[in-house]
Amino acid sequence: MEPILWFGWFRADIIAEYGVMFWRGLQMTILVTVICIVQGTALGLAIGLARLADARHSPARQICRYLLRWPSTVYVSFFRGTPLFVQILLIHFAVLPLFINPADGLLISGETARSLKQNYGAFISGILALTLNSGAYISEIFRAGIQSIDRGQIEASRSLGLSFARTMYHVVLPQAFRRMLPPLGNNAIALLKDSSLISAIGLAELAYTARTVAGAYSRYWEPYLSISLMYWTLTLGLAWAVKRLEARYGRGDTR
Amino acid sequence: MDEVIRVEGLTKNFGPLQVLRGIDCSVSSSEVVCVIGPSGSGKSTFLRCLNGLEEASGGRVLVHGISVHDNSTDVDALRSEIGMVFQRFNLFPHMTVLDNITLAPTKVRGVPLEKAREQARALLVKVGLLDKIDAYPNQLSGGQQQRVAIARALAMQPAIMLFDEPTSALDPEMVGEVLSVMQTLAEEGMTMMVVSHEMGFARRVANRVLFMDEGVLVEEGTPEEVFDHPREERTRRFLASVL
Ligand SMILES: Nc1ncnc2c1ncn2[C@@H]1O[C@H](COP(=O)(O)OP(=O)(O)OP(=O)(O)O)[C@@H](O)[C@H]1O
Ligand SMILES: [Mg+2]
Repeated sequence: MEPILWFGWFRADIIAEYGVMFWRGLQMTILVTVICIVQGTALGLAIGLARLADARHSPARQICRYLLRWPSTVYVSFFRGTPLFVQILLIHFAVLPLFINPADGLLISGETARSLKQNYGAFISGILALTLNSGAYISEIFRAGIQSIDRGQIEASRSLGLSFARTMYHVVLPQAFRRMLPPLGNNAIALLKDSSLISAIGLAELAYTARTVAGAYSRYWEPYLSISLMYWTLTLGLAWAVKRLEARYGRGDTR
Repeated sequence: MDEVIRVEGLTKNFGPLQVLRGIDCSVSSSEVVCVIGPSGSGKSTFLRCLNGLEEASGGRVLVHGISVHDNSTDVDALRSEIGMVFQRFNLFPHMTVLDNITLAPTKVRGVPLEKAREQARALLVKVGLLDKIDAYPNQLSGGQQQRVAIARALAMQPAIMLFDEPTSALDPEMVGEVLSVMQTLAEEGMTMMVVSHEMGFARRVANRVLFMDEGVLVEEGTPEEVFDHPREERTRRFLASVL
């Protein structure tokens, strides 16, 4: 292909040549982000509730403290207190081989394990690491959101005869969710950007694509500037979507 | 007469602080009991012990003979029999007036939505707020919110209604509308326990007045007995300070 120069220095032909690869990378980045947002939110809700679990009578009281609050606190502390990059490496090279291993995988072994690792190893580890990591951060958002709801709301609901679970579902979480939308949006944006770290274990997403292209041509502006613009567009889109959600769920809010 | 609530030797501590020091009383069906007393004497705590929002430290509370604080008691079922109205209304701000009222009947009792809505409309007529049926709580005045809160509690068709200073968060001009709804309820035979500083209401509506001070029931009797001929020095001092 003839070199195409934009503004006298930008080799647009390189981007065009690798267009399909960039497209696939973009799809992978979006896929990973969406999966991790969904799973991280579910995990974050569970962990957030576990951190708040309490009961009045034994043995439920002890169960809440030692089996729910204590482990969830350690979990959150670990995943917030260590670098995501290290978590990704730890999970890909140490944890995953423990469970999926041709020789003696605890979960899957033999030929299935070999092909699974070969084809989807980085995908599985990346998603696992990012989900576990964002789950820890999201649990803090849930915890703060739930704790911000006036006690009077819970008391009114309980005094009507609604159980604790129903009170959470109908009264506390809908109100908390609204206040959590802005931090959840920030978290989603962070997740999107952090997904680039998975390129380190060889997942072919956007950052990995850029590195490949850069290596092939020894040109750096074109691939890295291009993916920067793609990430930027995506984060702007996410921020816009969160704004829309806030407007939609803001009805009746006094604060 | 049919006994709705019976309290035996109820005590409550918050850590070292003894808030209720052994309370005995009972409320019969269709009775209206007003609880008065100085701030911090334990009135709210007492009311909250009656429906298990607060754990008792000692003694018993029986509602229709069922012990509220027993581990084996289905406290949710019991609470659905006890309506409670709070000083600060505590309407659910993310729901319309209609949804506030139908939530508990549909989710706790399994009343079909259409039937619950019909009943909600009837209750709103009763508290004079049918035109606010689709409003959100933040679009209502304090007095209107409190009337919706009363309708919400009534929707469970409770055996007794507990009111914890239902008018003390209201601007003076809105107190009347809430008290008149409560008076109508009383006249219809609702069993009520009301913590209030509205002495006029207590005198007009109550069958019995309890004076509470420092976690004990110091004196009880008809409104005339307690307001006009108090036997205890503490009662006299309190009445002198509020009237
Ligand atoms: N959750 C709690 N933890 C610790 N102390 C509490 C708690 N709730 C109430 N108290 C204390 O118990 C005492 C009685 O409080 P309560 O609210 O029952 O009084 P009250 O008679 O309703 O007063 P008021 O007229 O001001 O509403 C007060 O000294 C209060 O500080
Ligand atoms: Mg009080």
